[in-house]
Amino acid sequence: MLCRTANELYWMGRHIERAENVARLLDVTNRMSLLPYELVEPGLAWAEPWAVPLVTSGLATEFYQRFKQLSAENVLRFMILDSATPSSILCCLRAARESARSVRGAITSEMYEDLNSSWLEMRVQDYDRIQAQGISEFLEWVKMRSHLFRGVTFGTMLRDEAYHFIRLGTHIERADNTARILDVKYHTLLPSAADVGGAVDYYQWSALLRSLSGFESYRKIYSDVITPRRVAELLILREDMPRSLHSCMNFIHETLEVLCDSSSKEVERAAGELHAGLHYGRTDDIIELGLHEYLMEFLDRISALGGEINRHFLVPA
Amino acid sequence: MSRINYDEMRGADAAVRPHYQGFADWLQRTPAAKIAQKRDEAERAFHRVGITFAVYGEDAGTERLIPFDIVPRIIPAAEWRTLEQGLKQRVRALNLFLHDIYHDHAILKAGVLPEDRVLGNTQYRREMQGMDVPGGIYAHIAGVDVVRAGEGEYYVLEDNLRVPSGVSYMLENRKMMMRLFPELFATQAIKPVEHYPDLLLENLRGVAPAGEEQPEVAVLTPGAYNSAYFEHAFLAQQMGVELVEGQDLFVQNDAVYMRTTRGPQRVHVLYRRVDDDYLDPSAFRSDSMIGVPGLFAAYRAGKVTLANAIGTGVADDKSIYPFVPDMIRFYLTEEPILNNVPTWQLRKPDELSYCIEHLHELVVKEVHGAGGYGMLVGPASTVAEREAFRARILAQPDKYIAQPTLSLSTCPTFTESGLAPRHIDLRPYVLSGKTVNLVPGGLTRVALREGSLVVNSSQGGGTKDTWVMAH
Repeated sequence: MLCRTANELYWMGRHIERAENVARLLDVTNRMSLLPYELVEPGLAWAEPWAVPLVTSGLATEFYQRFKQLSAENVLRFMILDSATPSSILCCLRAARESARSVRGAITSEMYEDLNSSWLEMRVQDYDRIQAQGISEFLEWVKMRSHLFRGVTFGTMLRDEAYHFIRLGTHIERADNTARILDVKYHTLLPSAADVGGAVDYYQWSALLRSLSGFESYRKIYSDVITPRRVAELLILREDMPRSLHSCMNFIHETLEVLCDSSSKEVERAAGELHAGLHYGRTDDIIELGLHEYLMEFLDRISALGGEINRHFLVPA
Repeated sequence: MSRINYDEMRGADAAVRPHYQGFADWLQRTPAAKIAQKRDEAERAFHRVGITFAVYGEDAGTERLIPFDIVPRIIPAAEWRTLEQGLKQRVRALNLFLHDIYHDHAILKAGVLPEDRVLGNTQYRREMQGMDVPGGIYAHIAGVDVVRAGEGEYYVLEDNLRVPSGVSYMLENRKMMMRLFPELFATQAIKPVEHYPDLLLENLRGVAPAGEEQPEVAVLTPGAYNSAYFEHAFLAQQMGVELVEGQDLFVQNDAVYMRTTRGPQRVHVLYRRVDDDYLDPSAFRSDSMIGVPGLFAAYRAGKVTLANAIGTGVADDKSIYPFVPDMIRFYLTEEPILNNVPTWQLRKPDELSYCIEHLHELVVKEVHGAGGYGMLVGPASTVAEREAFRARILAQPDKYIAQPTLSLSTCPTFTESGLAPRHIDLRPYVLSGKTVNLVPGGLTRVALREGSLVVNSSQGGGTKDTWVMAH
């Protein structure tokens, strides 16, 4: 397969997944902003709930270049509708559709038609319409479009190289995004130190679980109060949770085994190492290192793996 | 315009011509409602499949359908035989001409063509002088535009020898007609065209660099924003070869490779749909973003074949066109089978003064123009348009040629006010490689506006299926 084709397919997968995860990130922010909070140190803008999605996605600097003031409206405009922010939902859906158009021969017509209609609906959105409809409704729509695309892909596509590159893109992006969403809690302040383990703390953890579609699974598995330790275990180490880091690495590792040949040992090694760390990892070690520190390290390594994939398969020198 | 046109379907007294009888009977006994429903179905199907073309001058990325008309253009068997021979003869001579002007210049030395007209032509590629191409073939794919004026009277309007497009519509139109009206094909002997992609692939493999047992062919496109991108993707898919952009290729030791996920893969033949100027930024336009650095060196080294060859534009230039019949006599010592349209060259003062006085009855074209842009159709023009054109001609007379307004034949076509005659032309696709071949048919384009003679899709033209009868 042409590298360019593989690259378009990989990014098509990443962009759809990213659109979904931006929606999830905004969803958890929206939920948390409804809880009481108090500025411990006035002037520290990053402590405001709406700064959190900017910080965890590494977009704060870019945001402040475009907007003077931090507000729910500005963050939503920036992350949903901004046509110059590559990670906005608008740009993700547009990029996915453009990729699909340029490699139409490599995907099924159902997949193209699905991405095309997502884009046609998205391009006519504006802030007032989204407000009128309700933010949660809109974010739900974004997630549904992503689910639909995944279903169409799963249900119609030949299991060839093209399929594997889409799947690779999807799971690299998901691993990265799950780690970022988990990190939201670290940046979200509690009203006071005494609130640790209290009601607000509980609501924040449950909002985070819900945004990663993990609340119901948590209840099923633990049938108990929500603790940070168990949230970490569920969304990092459990391989039966489809959005957990371990589950993502299972997919990535499997897919690379199909795609790799004798010349791609370095890609395989990087993925295998990351996979083994999750496969044999212990919750205690994560808690001891600190959840935030653990996630930061993971983000570095998944980004390095993305770089290896890029160098070897997609844009070779 | 009140002149009488030749109608493809009906002759004198509106009598149906014999080769249209089968279709006319079918048309008469098929209820109008059913035909309307089939026309709707065709439109929906073309939309869904996405058979579109991009239009210049509108919003970036505008994709439009070319209108499709269900009344076929039918060519009787005997007429096709003549056409086929004439087209093969013409393309053979054009290939010999290209070989000659890039080698010994025999035709120039014999004084058949003025030397400066060829060697001083902007389409003449000095870089090709003395270079051998496989089989001596330059125009591997030629799209020759033909019009009919009267009974058995065909004229060649243009020889398109660079990157002629439209063949995907020929194939899709046939597929659509067979799907909508299978009964028409079951009861009549209509020659098939569906094997065009196979012929094309065989033709391209046949001109691979010598010694390649299993030559790898690829289609080179300028990219997804090109107006003919659909066709590029379609042909690559139909031939089962890769569709590549410049960025997918690189040249090493004069060999061309595709970048694939399994490493570099050699390419031997490029069916390129990129203009000469943009092929290689290191040899031609250095600002080309869609080319492949080093491609021309690889071509010169004989490690890759380009189809069509570089520098074919000089042979389909409108200032060379008047000499094609002489080329046929010179190289083949045969009389031309197909007519040329008489052409005035406005660079000549006496022809210029005649034409300036008769603009209202002439068609004036830019020498290097294409696609129906920048032309004047005298009888259909306003006084103001003629005045504007007159000024442009007088400023640069050598940029223009003029031809009499041919009474192009018409074919019945569905319009808003029912079935009505509309002007048509025909573009058959002639393939040259080890042999010269063409499928029986071509793309029939139709001018949908009443009285209009401009059939180009960029100017609101439509298309029809073209039937060549087996007997």
